[in-house]
Amino acid sequence: MTSSLPHLIAAPIVLPLLAAALMLLLGDARARLRAWINVLASGAGLFVALSLLRRIDAQGAPGVLRVYLASNWEAPFGIVLVADRLSAVMLVLVGVVSLGSAVYALAAWGRAGIYFNALFQIQIMGLNGAFLTGDLFNLFVFFEVLLAASYGLHLHGSGWARVHTGLHYIAVNLLASALFLVGLALLYGIMGTLSMADIARKLPYVAATDRGLLHAGAAILAVAFLTKAAMWPLSSWLVPAYVAASAPVAAMFALMTKVGVYALLRLSTLFFSDQAGPSAHFGAGVLLYGGLATGAFGTLSLMSSLRLGRIAGSSILVSSGTLLAAVGIGATQVTAGALFYLMSATLAASALFLLVELVERPGTRGKRPRLADIDVEPDEDTNLDDEEEALVGRALPVSQALLGLAFIACALVVAGLPPLSGFIAKLALASALLGQDGGTSGAAIAPATWAFFGLLLVSGLTATISLARAGIRYIWSRPEGQPPRLTVVEGVPVIALIVACAWLTVRAESVMRYASATAAALHAPSAYIEAVLSEKPRPGPTRRVVEEAAVP
Amino acid sequence: MEILLALVIGVLGGAGVWLVLRPRTFQVVMGLALLSYAVNLFIFSMGSLFIDKPPLVVPGLPPTLDHYTDPMPQSLALTAIVIGFATTALFLVVLLASRGLSGTDHVDGTKQEEP
Repeated sequence: MTSSLPHLIAAPIVLPLLAAALMLLLGDARARLRAWINVLASGAGLFVALSLLRRIDAQGAPGVLRVYLASNWEAPFGIVLVADRLSAVMLVLVGVVSLGSAVYALAAWGRAGIYFNALFQIQIMGLNGAFLTGDLFNLFVFFEVLLAASYGLHLHGSGWARVHTGLHYIAVNLLASALFLVGLALLYGIMGTLSMADIARKLPYVAATDRGLLHAGAAILAVAFLTKAAMWPLSSWLVPAYVAASAPVAAMFALMTKVGVYALLRLSTLFFSDQAGPSAHFGAGVLLYGGLATGAFGTLSLMSSLRLGRIAGSSILVSSGTLLAAVGIGATQVTAGALFYLMSATLAASALFLLVELVERPGTRGKRPRLADIDVEPDEDTNLDDEEEALVGRALPVSQALLGLAFIACALVVAGLPPLSGFIAKLALASALLGQDGGTSGAAIAPATWAFFGLLLVSGLTATISLARAGIRYIWSRPEGQPPRLTVVEGVPVIALIVACAWLTVRAESVMRYASATAAALHAPSAYIEAVLSEKPRPGPTRRVVEEAAVP
Repeated sequence: MEILLALVIGVLGGAGVWLVLRPRTFQVVMGLALLSYAVNLFIFSMGSLFIDKPPLVVPGLPPTLDHYTDPMPQSLALTAIVIGFATTALFLVVLLASRGLSGTDHVDGTKQEEP
């Protein structure tokens, strides 16, 4: 589609960068202005992402894409940005979560340090860049951008818990980056290119003697991504780091594990598709069993967690495991279900992380307010609480009601209970699992598939138990005193994220259609490769394109 | 030269891994630095090693790989050095903060028990 706004695809990267630069220029004065710029830039990012998504969806069946030749060099030589269905949906997720976190940060966190808002935008830039780039080394650079920003954001607010977990978090990620570079260098040594599409095209023709080295390179690269995606046993850094981070940062971090999953999904479907000859489906088993192990570990971790923050962190582990296993199975319908699950789980996890801080906030002291016009004298039949006061006629403050309802909604999505989107996501995954090879010939379903199926159900059950326990602990049996005070800007993003989950439920059919089209495009990568490599540079004042028609 | 370079990368990498697994934060930083040297040399070596061949096109020499070394790994190594340097510097700051807050340089912030 050669349409208007050819540079729109670069906007998700350039916009946050400019916003961050502007905020740095403003210096340490005008904290309010910076916070509002943060919100505006995040909102604009969401708008751009939505318009990209709409344009790509309007393109119809092939589902690819928009290729942007940065600095006008064609694909194997220059760096390209590629927007296809998967990138677009990830961009929208970044937009929604970052807007929610930015609004939330208006209340307090955004003003706690000078550079919070700038780092926040840089993190968005890294995330968007990682989702858009079509070049492996560029992927590394954007990974580093988002990681460097995340180190700063993680330490935001300071304190021993943050510094302590930050030390581990940074060390683990620096090691993962070293592995990333080693894998990348090996791939370059064999393929002679770092363009993803070019590697995918040349991969079937690699000499048999080099194939072992190629697989070693891909495996080392995958370890770096698996560390980001928190596959067990590379996941021990995740829960402490996410618990220690401040609420809006933790909500953004919920996206970061998805970057690892995205990279694995993108590269495994692109490089090791059916057309990859002897390398087809390389590593799928590792992803499947690793994902199952991660899910099992996350489930155990859910059961053993009492603090709400740890429960939220463990639910991230479970969703990572589920997604990795789904990528490992590698069937089109399973991938489609996984994409729906990814959207729903990310939104719910972000909302939960925002809620954690609100729920764990100590309440203000004092007696609970009572409704003015009901005057209940305790008689013998009245239920009394611990302090011999009547339970009826007591005002339920808005903040308490809101927290309770939002918590219930989050719990429903995380556990995958009806009626919200978590249920639909799990249903789509489960039916795809059972239908994938049992449908045609009635062949037996592989044991690993049954294990995955069981994991979906058991993890839902444990999430229900664990969240119900936390709900009783934090919301029903709060210590005496009034519930925590909320500001409107803290309540709105939580509700908005839950409304987004509800929207996914209401529009489940069209979202599922989009996810199926995305999965189909991912599992037929030749369209992607063709589109990237056939994009021709534009004629410019100093550069003539050979085949260009004569300009009158 | 390949053997020499491989040995250098191996020694740097091995020493880096050993240091990263040590319990003191300073040792971890040194280990990460050594590892990043090893990785940078590794990237560099991927462009097939030549002596006395420029990575830039020189007028008069035909532009084939017989006369030039591959410029790509050199630029990759350069980028990796810059990024590695910045992140290591940031890690140093966190190390100092951790030392200041806990009063010990153990990675877990707790003093080892006396034997």
